Amino acid sequence: MDKKNTIIAAIVEHKPGVLYNVANMFRRRNFNIESISVGPTEQSDLARMTITVKGDEKLIEQMIKQLNKLIDVIKVSRLEPTSIVSREMALVKITTPGAKTRSDIINYADIFRARVVDVSSESLMVEITGDSNKIDAFIDLMKPFGVKEVARTGITALSRGVKSVRIEE
Amino acid sequence: MTKMSGAQAVIEALKRQKVEAIFGIVGGAVLPIYDVLYETPEIRHILARHEQCAAHAADGYARASGRPGVCMATSGPGATNLVTGIANAYMDSSPVIALTGQVNAFAVNSSYIIGKDAFQEADIIGITTPITKYNYQPKKASEIPRIMKEAFHIATTGRPGPVLIDLPKNVQTETAEMKFTDNVELRGYKPKTSPHPLQVKKAVELLLKAERPIILAGGGVIASNASSELLALAELLMAPVATPLMGKGCFPENHPLSLGDMGMHGTLAANKLILEADVLLAVGTRFSDRTTGKLDEFCSDAKIIHIDIDSAEIGKNVDVDVPIVADAKKTLKAIYQLLISKLQKKESSQWSKRVQEFKEQFKDEISGSEKDLKPLRLMKELRKILPNDAIVATEVGLNQMWAALYFMAYKPRTFISSGGLGTMGFGFPASIGAKVACPDRPVVDVAGDGSFIMTSQDLACSVMEKIPVTVIVLNNSVLGMVAQWQRLFYGRRYSAVDLGNVPDFVKLAEAYGAKGTRVGSLKEFSKAVKKAIKSEVTTVIDVPISPEENVFPMIPAGAGLKGMIESEGEL
Ligand SMILES: Cc1ncc(C[n+]2csc(CCOP(=O)(O)OP(=O)(O)O)c2C)c(N)n1
Repeated sequence: MDKKNTIIAAIVEHKPGVLYNVANMFRRRNFNIESISVGPTEQSDLARMTITVKGDEKLIEQMIKQLNKLIDVIKVSRLEPTSIVSREMALVKITTPGAKTRSDIINYADIFRARVVDVSSESLMVEITGDSNKIDAFIDLMKPFGVKEVARTGITALSRGVKSVRIEE
Repeated sequence: MTKMSGAQAVIEALKRQKVEAIFGIVGGAVLPIYDVLYETPEIRHILARHEQCAAHAADGYARASGRPGVCMATSGPGATNLVTGIANAYMDSSPVIALTGQVNAFAVNSSYIIGKDAFQEADIIGITTPITKYNYQPKKASEIPRIMKEAFHIATTGRPGPVLIDLPKNVQTETAEMKFTDNVELRGYKPKTSPHPLQVKKAVELLLKAERPIILAGGGVIASNASSELLALAELLMAPVATPLMGKGCFPENHPLSLGDMGMHGTLAANKLILEADVLLAVGTRFSDRTTGKLDEFCSDAKIIHIDIDSAEIGKNVDVDVPIVADAKKTLKAIYQLLISKLQKKESSQWSKRVQEFKEQFKDEISGSEKDLKPLRLMKELRKILPNDAIVATEVGLNQMWAALYFMAYKPRTFISSGGLGTMGFGFPASIGAKVACPDRPVVDVAGDGSFIMTSQDLACSVMEKIPVTVIVLNNSVLGMVAQWQRLFYGRRYSAVDLGNVPDFVKLAEAYGAKGTRVGSLKEFSKAVKKAIKSEVTTVIDVPISPEENVFPMIPAGAGLKGMIESEGEL
């Protein structure tokens, strides 16, 4: 069976050890994390984790229940792929021996609405934002030029419209 | 607000929780707390001889009484020695509070601080995260009142479990204005206790249609004190009750509807009859592999109602038809109340007659001569001697399974055994804890020789602290349970299971100032037990039995209920 990516958003206490607790639970239960991004929210004592996982329905349900069980996890939602905006950002460093390759890369970057953020005599750094497929496609395209280094943030996502995973005070 | 040290706040918080005893061992990083204990007569400190025993004793205390048990250890090795005991409490959902010392959280007089690998520093927070319900490490003394309050709340509510509080030494010595309150505000922890009415209705509809209902009642029934609700519901439905190991005692095993233990070494009646059920009401049980065997052979034709306070247990192992996330007591009551208006209470039914036939057919027969010290006979005899409210703990192995199969428990919290972790060495220190909780009731540890050796040094604790328990060593001179597997599945290639006749348990007991006695017949056994449970000092009764004695029935690991074997000849 094809296992799709599922995005889970968790609002957690913004304090030391919480990421450890969450990551440790995933490891212990033999769940795999595809990516995880964490950051503070509009409420200063809360953090938001956006966790991308793979698995069938039953497994995802278990993950959500086990997350909910953690005491520092306050709210867990499964983000429905059809009603969210999800983004990932990547920095891609590409080797550029000649001027011709440079302009080719810049052209591709334009098509992908990516930006060149650093230039040196032998390399270019491109910043690209979008869904993960778009970033995969861009990196694949850059491979023939020579991809030196990639840093990806992992997926972050919000549901569209007024629906939210916010904690009401 | 009162000004006091962190150590004083810890003890004050324990007093407010009405803690009567702490099981522990001292050390450098808990000196400030022990110094406060020195002048706190309200709290009895019981000096264990190994921190593992302190944790097991706290666990045994909790299981016998329903109140949280408290253990304490110093940093580093003291804390890591608690780990087995904490993991054991976690697996069996037992409310244990573990206090550990820790090196300084910030520099005091330029001494070492957390993270610098100071002397006796161990990352006990990291180590115990997967085996505690929650853990804390206060960085300021003023946090202690809140943390202690929360810790007891978390340990004892919802699905109970151990909570560890790691106390840096400088936090123990720091003084602060302390604010003790009774409020707990945890936005991420609000266990749901009341059942959803719609789910209760669905369960009742299924039960009304059921022709062959069976109840599977686990440790959750004991934790939520739901035994009388369970009894009422079982009698109303005429539904037989099977108990996995953790549920033993939640339903009186001398009741006509009791099927006894269910699972790998369950009774024939329970393991066979459950396959005939059309509706299975599972309450406070997590369908562990030891209970179900191979999952696709487990009640595949039955509709399943699953009541558990931990939503993550529902659907984890077994797919269910009616999930109910709530407290067992409240839910059983709600189901009963809805059912009673729709169901006539009957004296018997076709199903209950079948249950009786089954029980009659698979009754344990005592055979052979009185001279053979057979576990079945010993356990039946023990039941005859002990009052109904006596507490029996077990070690792990054959001894545990014989006790579970043959010793009938009549009341909740009278049978204490390491279920989830299967920890050899648990039973004896757990008996010490149980005896502290229930000093007026006899406490007996049914032990194997291998298990008892693992924690027998706490004979010193039981003698010195005057906590008399009875240890019955079913002494087969082997690591019996493992030997049975080697006998049955490894062609009798006995690898590393021989214990010899070492030690002499009578002399061992005497060396500690306990009583030791060896018995050679049922009569002597009976006499020795009667004497031991009245004794003011711990007694070790050495009962030599055959090293070839097996426990049956058995569902081999990985097999299903249909693959149950009833004797060695079947293999
Ligand atoms: C701490 C620990 N170590 C190892 C085991 C594996 N194990 C399970 S049963 C058993 C043998 C128990 O021997 P004994 O206590 O003599 O009891 P018997 O089975 O002979 O009654 C062993 C080694 C365990 N359960 N716990």
